[in-house]
Amino acid sequence: MYTQAMDTMGREPVEGNSGIRSATDQRMEEAFEQRIDAGDFIEAKDWMPEHYRKTLVRQISQHAHSEIVGMLPEGNWISRAPTLKRKAILLAKVQDEGGHGLYLYAAAETLGTSRDQLLDALHSGRAKYSSIFNYPTLNWADIGTIGWLVDGAAIMNQVPICRCSYAPYARAMIRICREESFHQRQGYDALLTMMTKGTPAQRAMVQDAVNRWWWPSVMMFGPPDDQSPNSAQSMRWGIKRVSNDALRQKFIDATVEQAKVLGVTLPDPDLRWNETRQSYDHGAIDWSEFWAVVGGDGACNRERLAARVQAWEDGQWVREAAVAHARKHDLKEAA
Amino acid sequence: MTHTDEWPLWEVFVRSKAGLDHKHCGSLHATDAKLAVQLARDVYTRRQEGVSVWVVRSDQIVASDPADKGMNFDPMEDKVYRHPTFYELPAAVDHM
Amino acid sequence: MTQSIELRASADLQYLLRLGDTALILAQRLGEWCGHAPVLEEDIALTNMALDLVGQARAVLTHVGELEGRGHDEDQLAFLRDERDYYNVTLVELPRGDFAWTVLRNLFVATWAQLLWERLARSSDPELAAIAAKAVKESRYHQRHAADWVVRLADGTDESRRRTLAALDALWPYTQELFEGDAVDDHAHASGLGPRWADLRDAWQSEITAVFGEAGLPTPAASRFRSTGRRGVHSEHLGHLLSEMQSLQRAYPGGQW
Repeated sequence: MYTQAMDTMGREPVEGNSGIRSATDQRMEEAFEQRIDAGDFIEAKDWMPEHYRKTLVRQISQHAHSEIVGMLPEGNWISRAPTLKRKAILLAKVQDEGGHGLYLYAAAETLGTSRDQLLDALHSGRAKYSSIFNYPTLNWADIGTIGWLVDGAAIMNQVPICRCSYAPYARAMIRICREESFHQRQGYDALLTMMTKGTPAQRAMVQDAVNRWWWPSVMMFGPPDDQSPNSAQSMRWGIKRVSNDALRQKFIDATVEQAKVLGVTLPDPDLRWNETRQSYDHGAIDWSEFWAVVGGDGACNRERLAARVQAWEDGQWVREAAVAHARKHDLKEAA
Repeated sequence: MTHTDEWPLWEVFVRSKAGLDHKHCGSLHATDAKLAVQLARDVYTRRQEGVSVWVVRSDQIVASDPADKGMNFDPMEDKVYRHPTFYELPAAVDHM
Repeated sequence: MTQSIELRASADLQYLLRLGDTALILAQRLGEWCGHAPVLEEDIALTNMALDLVGQARAVLTHVGELEGRGHDEDQLAFLRDERDYYNVTLVELPRGDFAWTVLRNLFVATWAQLLWERLARSSDPELAAIAAKAVKESRYHQRHAADWVVRLADGTDESRRRTLAALDALWPYTQELFEGDAVDDHAHASGLGPRWADLRDAWQSEITAVFGEAGLPTPAASRFRSTGRRGVHSEHLGHLLSEMQSLQRAYPGGQW
């Protein structure tokens, strides 16, 4: 899901790939590709093609932005969590997402960019983040549903990136995957409690949430393969995960079974087990909605970005004060 | 572009358990050492007890140049008797 | 609509609820920073603090429920009391404020809480003593984080100093309540449940003076203002906070979460 950037990138110009290379660069690139073929990890100070570096900065930073923006739809329910246990779980989950964003910004910074530059790109609207976070959280069951469906999809996408050729990114992903395990479980657990032990009103709340989050979650895997500019290069580099359609099918197959246990109806009347394919057939996805949201016209795009920009601007005096204080102390110690 | 509010980068090393080495686990932004240590605890050892944290300003770390790999590391790789993993010890003592 | 539970708070229970509710309500305010802090690292730090406080509230409220003996669990106590039955100090129900306001309030509360938890670790109530032994480490950390930030902001830029002074001016009168005395305290002191809050004043003041010295902040004059949250009579802020916090429990009678 966070690698959505790879799919929408086909519509954006790619810098650093002018195609004219010196003989030295060509030799270095061949040696680099051999390292990749050998399954070597690339570290921060290793020589790398400019295209590799730029692709990674964009991929990693947009993944980081997604984590940070992702704190907002869930953060919306912290003050209204219905029990102290759920409040603690939600605080911990949202905090984890902040932490994941931080690990990813740190990984991106090893490629010669700064966090401030990356945040600038986000706040100015140049950088993208996963479009799933542009949907609103309208009831408490949305929180459990996000854990179940959105985190479920994210985990499917993230595991392959743990084998990414760029080691700082791979290491960040390993750390993230380790911490991620409770996110999906707690979401499903919250829904299961409401569905199996809750009141009719709670069950209706859960069904309402599923009705709104199912299709956006399915879209998280990106456009169909025949519409995705699958860069063979990026797949070799281990940055691009496997086929969108394959992962989407895997997600649907797993989730339909989970939905049965929950006792919710997925809002797709065309979901049907296909004995030949040993998979679920599903209804047509409305890709116009996906592109509208990616393009900035989803329900919450403007609000999400405004919230991040506001937090950043409101915090400027704090960051400046810390810098000023440190400077005064350095001067005092030097004296 | 430089910002007046940009915080310097620090590398973080954590010892997760007594007896283990400090391991590099990532970086964070802080303005002074006290803050860096506090934030390192909050970010990299969340909800864990009994750890040790080292922080170093990223620009203070001196690293070997990978381009020198030929000089510093290959000689080791040529000599099969130097590296411990090149020795196959009997299973009974293979725990060093 | 779920009705409020009826709380039968003896002196001891009120003493405990003053502590538990203060943690609960401050956690609610700190949680408001999640996703909106000045820098990502601080977002995580503040949320850690909120989590610690939620944990303390859960432990104390669970214990209160057991002592009350009427089958109230931590959530019924947290979410279904009438406003008059909450005994947090007014200081913690004041709005989230800006970052200077937040760290200054955290400094006042954490310094007080650390002193209180230290003494409660020797409580005649073994359950409370156990809760205190864990909580004191958390409060110590909260206090250090807050003190370091107060110094940074008071001695940072002109703007950060201006904001810190404004926060100090607004918050200081509410700190008086942390050292009030009444029959509830006397009872706790007599039974060994815990210290009279008034007995913490000197130690608190000297710690605050030390931080203010480093920060270059003046100690404001005492005023006649007294907030009364610990008696269940709150400011106008708590009603709004509770409406939001209690909304789901109220809207879904019999709900299981």
